[in-house]
Amino acid sequence: MTDTQPATRPFPVLQVIGLSKQFGEFTAVDDLNFEVSAGEVIGLLGPNGSGKTTTIRMLLGLLSPTRGTANLLGHDIRSEAETIRSKVGYMSQRFALYDELTAEENLRFYAGVYGMPEAGRIEEVLESIGLSSSASMRAGDLPTGWRQRLALGVAIVHRPVLVFLDEPTSGVDPIARRLFWNHIYDLADRGVTAMVTTHHMDEAEYCQRVGIMRRGRLLALDTPTGLKQTALRGEAWDIYAEPLLRGLQAVQAAPGVWRATLASDHLRAIAEPGLASAKLEASLNAEGLTGVRLSRVQPSLEDVFLALAGD
Amino acid sequence: MGAGEIVALLGPDGAGKTTLMRLVCGALQLQAGQIRLGGIDLRSQVEQARTHLGYLPQQFSLYPELTVLENLRFFAEVRGVPAGEWRPRALQILDFVGLGEFADRRAGALSGGMRQKLGLAAALVHRPKVLLLDEPTGGVDPVTRQNFWQLLIRLLEEAVGVLISTPYMDEAARAQRVVFLNHGRVLAEGSPHTLRQALAGRVLEVAASPLRKVGRIAAADPRVEDVQAMGDRFHLRVAAGSLAPTQRRLDRSLRQAGCAVSFVRAVEPTLEDVYVHLLQAEQPGRAASEVHD
Repeated sequence: MTDTQPATRPFPVLQVIGLSKQFGEFTAVDDLNFEVSAGEVIGLLGPNGSGKTTTIRMLLGLLSPTRGTANLLGHDIRSEAETIRSKVGYMSQRFALYDELTAEENLRFYAGVYGMPEAGRIEEVLESIGLSSSASMRAGDLPTGWRQRLALGVAIVHRPVLVFLDEPTSGVDPIARRLFWNHIYDLADRGVTAMVTTHHMDEAEYCQRVGIMRRGRLLALDTPTGLKQTALRGEAWDIYAEPLLRGLQAVQAAPGVWRATLASDHLRAIAEPGLASAKLEASLNAEGLTGVRLSRVQPSLEDVFLALAGD
Repeated sequence: MGAGEIVALLGPDGAGKTTLMRLVCGALQLQAGQIRLGGIDLRSQVEQARTHLGYLPQQFSLYPELTVLENLRFFAEVRGVPAGEWRPRALQILDFVGLGEFADRRAGALSGGMRQKLGLAAALVHRPKVLLLDEPTGGVDPVTRQNFWQLLIRLLEEAVGVLISTPYMDEAARAQRVVFLNHGRVLAEGSPHTLRQALAGRVLEVAASPLRKVGRIAAADPRVEDVQAMGDRFHLRVAAGSLAPTQRRLDRSLRQAGCAVSFVRAVEPTLEDVYVHLLQAEQPGRAASEVHD
């Protein structure tokens, strides 16, 4: 844990204890252990098949674990799936809005489905997603960013304590994206916990803690800053050398370089701390490469992800 | 666009990315202006111009019952590759995309990442000079996306020009040139480095808690123009020429207010910082009006 975390954490809303899922011989989820506090915004990153979706299906009470368990506010996902489902919300990437219905009617419909047409709740949700004055617009006429907010409204209308979001802001510009995330942070302030799965670092950077999964295991779980500082272990370098592909081979073969990839007009390398960069620069020059330039850069979340989950 | 260049079209849904691609491949007709491919005017000589073009649309069709190699043969014939040449070319391109061992596998039995590589191979089979890729990595995980980009960058050695569209900054940052599109217009273009230069010396990163209080204090600083919450930290855009004093002042005022300050540091602007700045300049007050709706 880094010092960007508050010293005392609020009580855990979700406790995951040795959670595992086996499909025949295949271990989809392998001994997950973590806790999430009320009002945290957690991201889960992982390649396809890394177990993210299976984990979430278990946490939603839709799939029973092979071993281990999790509990949400003390309710066990194995024995109290119904209770769990009344306390969680889910916003899928292909969210199901009724285009012919207005924003407000969509919320009313889902509130009815969840069996809680509580007085004033619809207005409250519209307010909290910034759609009060658009309540009577047809969902189909709303711009993408507004539809995403309405889908969020639908996912929280029954006052869940935990809401799952799958790539919630794909296809919008960064202002619409930040607006969406500000609503998530507002919800978090009121104690709603959000768990976001995504393939995009743009989205993961908005999470307070990010977990990286691979082959069913949770490899790291920390703040984006903490991941860059500790999980990577190595240091990131931008290396310019022409021609690029020969440069790539030379850098990949260099002692102390753990990983090197092409990054448009230069190379990105992850190297052991204290890399002898002057020596590497000299050896690249000696190989006849031109325009050789090395600079230490801050690692990106993608550097961390590829170092842990790549290959 | 030059030969051996990767240009990213970056913009939200509806910005005009796909329409532009469809204009370039001749599927839609220009109402004004001109497109030239390899010096050939698209409007007057559409067939010749198209021979230089490879296109991978968002939704592409493969024949699931045909093998990988048979699919490539089909695309080679459609694109006019001479009968005697398709096989060596197809095998070469399969090796290039890493599907060499899977030539005899049915296309329907490929994983998502392999299917996408076959789509790329099909778009390249007739050796185009210009490759159009319309959001090729939608729904693709970051490891597969990284592998896909490693292939694209290798294409540059063969002097292929690549035009790729994406709604994601992290993806566009890999291109040599980025074109920001919004409502059908170019907001800005340049290399990721040049674009970032526009905000050089104007971005601070702050990690401190409690987050709400930190956000309020940062927004109240007279030299802070924009506050962006980012999970465990903030990105702040400060007025030109005020980086160091603002950094010191914020550090002090946060500590005085009892915040636990992890760091207040100058960082390289991200493409996202630049894009937000451009959008705000174009539509002043947009963010505020949407927040209050």
